[in-house]
Amino acid sequence: MTAAEICAAVKGTLAVEAEDAAANGVYVGDLLSDVMGHAGEDCVLVTIQNHLNAIAVCTLVGCSVVVLCHSRPVPPDMAEAAAREGVAIITTSLSQYAAALALSALPPAEH
Amino acid sequence: MPAEYSPTILQGQHTNDDEILAKTPLDTKALGGDSSVIIMELLQRFKVRDVMKRQIIAVARSTTLREAQRLMRENRISGLPVCEDGRLYGIVSVNDIINALDNGWIEDSCERHMATNLVVMEAGMPISFALRYFNNYTYGRFPVLDSNRKLVGILSQRDVMRALLYELSVEIRKLERKTAGNGPLRATGERYFRREWAVVRNDLSRAGHAANDIKVILRERKVARSVARRVAVAAYELEINICIHSHGGVLVLLISDDTITITAKDRGPGIPDIEWACRDGTSTANDWIRSLGFGAGMGLSNSKRVADSFDIQSEVGKFTKVTCTFNMVPPEPAPAEGGAS
Repeated sequence: MTAAEICAAVKGTLAVEAEDAAANGVYVGDLLSDVMGHAGEDCVLVTIQNHLNAIAVCTLVGCSVVVLCHSRPVPPDMAEAAAREGVAIITTSLSQYAAALALSALPPAEH
Repeated sequence: MPAEYSPTILQGQHTNDDEILAKTPLDTKALGGDSSVIIMELLQRFKVRDVMKRQIIAVARSTTLREAQRLMRENRISGLPVCEDGRLYGIVSVNDIINALDNGWIEDSCERHMATNLVVMEAGMPISFALRYFNNYTYGRFPVLDSNRKLVGILSQRDVMRALLYELSVEIRKLERKTAGNGPLRATGERYFRREWAVVRNDLSRAGHAANDIKVILRERKVARSVARRVAVAAYELEINICIHSHGGVLVLLISDDTITITAKDRGPGIPDIEWACRDGTSTANDWIRSLGFGAGMGLSNSKRVADSFDIQSEVGKFTKVTCTFNMVPPEPAPAEGGAS
């Protein structure tokens, strides 16, 4: 599923675009250690963590799409890091659970 | 007889070595006396016979100085031992040849003009002793005799230098392995890559840089993706741990042929109960840290889970040191991750 398709599914806004950003699974988590420990590669990360370190974790686990829930804003340094690392950021008003439901076409991505 | 060949008569009087040494104050620095144990040990362990040249180009007593000159020129050497059946009679040097040309006796035999007061070395001498000779005399090379007084080699400063450099490189390589985080010493290869990152307390804006660099380095070195991911996860967890729990420290990456080691060492405050700290979900992080998605109490347990070997040492008030080692080759084919594909 491409970032654009994910964005449409969660009725969100593509805050940061990234070429070839796509996912074939979903992981929901706000604890970055948990994400690092369990998120599978090539997943979309559904989270409320709107800061730089979320992008660092995405880069480490090989996740190229982040869905930021509850309309959390994207700080400039996070947007910058995401653009640099090729991670797309989508903001949505949905909660994590609602966003996960909206992405139910994708399987869980667990490591 | 050229004056430069008559400093001290040693021929047949090897017990005089101590006298020679007594004459010239020992330059301990030149001999390694002010050096490391390893260098001192090397200088003692190596004998002259271990590093001398065994291929000797020599002339007989009846050989003409002109022939000696030709041999020196062709072999690019500045001196020739005069030797028959292993017995050393003297040495002909470039200076002897120059004198012969100047004075018109170049067709004379070597025996007539060779130096006979010789400084020689014994094959069983430690290199430290040989270095004293180079220090005490101006000669660039010395004939080497065995216990039967037979000429068995020539020792030059270059021979000593080459041997010492080689052995030092071997010793340093051993040291590098030992200092690789004091972790299990499983590296068997000879190529090493080491890099270190400083991690600053509470600087979360930079936390993750080292782990990211490490991931890039592993990718460039074509480390298996599944291994690189595990290494990066441990590196990130440990980097964050130093950042949020310690007074600051370093993260070290060491890559050998068959293992990758991540070592995280901080300057305290140390962990009072390591077992508790390694348990999933236990953390001393404050609310601020937790609000950033850290402090889930999974850092150490995650690191332990992804590593092939895990070691933690800590002393309250002093330091915590965590070492994660990864086998370069995954133990089994990497399973499809999370059923995501």
